[in-house]
Amino acid sequence: MSLVLDNLYYTKTHEWIKVEGDIGIIGITDFAQKELQDIVYFGIDEGIIGKNLTAGEKFGYVEAVKTAADLYLPISGEVIEINKELINNPVIANQDPYGKGWILKIKIKDKEELKNLLNSEDYKKHIGE
Amino acid sequence: MLKKTPFYEKHLEYQGKMVNFFSYLMPISYRSIKEEVLAVRNDCGLFDVSHMGRIEISGKNYKEFVNYLITNDVFSLKEYQACYACMLYEDGGIVDDLVCYNLPQRILLVVNCANLEKDYNYILEINKNFNCQVKNLSEEICQLALQGKKAEKVLSSLVNNDLSEIGFYFSKEIEVLGIPMLVSRTGYTGEDGFELYFNRNYAHKIWDAFFEKNPSLLPCGLGARDMLRLEMGYCLYGQDIDKDKNPLEANLSFVVKFNKDFIGKEALLKIKEKGLKRKLVGIKFYDNVIPRSKMNLYDKNGSLIGFITSGTFSFSLNCGIAMGYVEITHSQIGNKVYLENKKEGEIVKLPFYQFGSIKRLKKEV
Repeated sequence: MSLVLDNLYYTKTHEWIKVEGDIGIIGITDFAQKELQDIVYFGIDEGIIGKNLTAGEKFGYVEAVKTAADLYLPISGEVIEINKELINNPVIANQDPYGKGWILKIKIKDKEELKNLLNSEDYKKHIGE
Repeated sequence: MLKKTPFYEKHLEYQGKMVNFFSYLMPISYRSIKEEVLAVRNDCGLFDVSHMGRIEISGKNYKEFVNYLITNDVFSLKEYQACYACMLYEDGGIVDDLVCYNLPQRILLVVNCANLEKDYNYILEINKNFNCQVKNLSEEICQLALQGKKAEKVLSSLVNNDLSEIGFYFSKEIEVLGIPMLVSRTGYTGEDGFELYFNRNYAHKIWDAFFEKNPSLLPCGLGARDMLRLEMGYCLYGQDIDKDKNPLEANLSFVVKFNKDFIGKEALLKIKEKGLKRKLVGIKFYDNVIPRSKMNLYDKNGSLIGFITSGTFSFSLNCGIAMGYVEITHSQIGNKVYLENKKEGEIVKLPFYQFGSIKRLKKEV
């Protein structure tokens, strides 16, 4: 069984977003890290800091031993921070996907977009758990 | 219906992540591939390799038969000695790669899981001219691989024999916990280690005893096995070798003995005479590039010169490594090759991992 937290929003592509005021913290889900297994690299260009990106846009990729996957933004907004600790030690996303394994922070443009995301119940159904 | 090895319940008990591997439910890893790879490199790990095929050949002229069937020389083997070999089609393409054990009055061939049925039928076909006894023991006999520089110490906790008497690529029939089995000093990881062949009824007893007596021993899955063999530059059938590749271009000439007769010999001699067109090489990448199988390889001008057959991020070397075929003119050590995204790799000498404990064993032989 994968861990799905109640206070987060989810995408069908297995990203999560936690909302704190107008800031969104984004990562990949426990289900995603289990599917990927040993993560070895996050390919995220530092140049995206300060850029306005749109919901659904690809913001990077993650490489694991067995496979690679693209990362998609759950919500539109301006990227304000990338988790440097995660970039230096990607396995944190395997160990603590909802905590220390966060990927980036974004200044949310429009909270109405949260309605387009899955809640924890929907996400559990989506991954068949 | 997916097949299960006799260790299936143990894999679940040890929380193995089970995947469908050529119709067998096998653990890809238990906790993490990295931990398992490093356990084998620095300590010891235990693999269930019961999914592999085990075929016994006996009867009148059984040695002549196997000697014709495989590329290595069966008659050069001492009793209980084993060798690595290829089985070929008439055109020199590879049916399978295997380990051949020269046991008293019989030979045991250990073949790839995905090829068992194909191999068995192929052997039966060739056997029409030999009339030997061919027995598929794959169900009845299970197989464990204990791999790592501390393997001898770990196995010693379960036996009364002096294991140092079993030399590299030799085997012995001994008792482990009082259970009779064939124990060989073999493996496919580049580290010292043993493989155990025994009746499936004792699977759980042996598995449990290993972990009870050796609390630091780690169960290891297919993910670690694949990385360990690739770090050594060892071929995997279905990726690096197949019916469209011959052993000469796959760096397997060391198991091809032209001083005897075998299926595919004529074709290989012709290939040799014409000269190889391509060659399997090892390629090292940098800057977090992770090569994957089927990726194309280019020269610096962007011309297609080959393709990758196995690729991964290596935890023993901390970089991307790959094996692939490149045109012979581009195959020298030190030559640079490029992925489609222009990322550069360098052709390096195999094995990628130079510190395997197998090196010491080979010197003793």
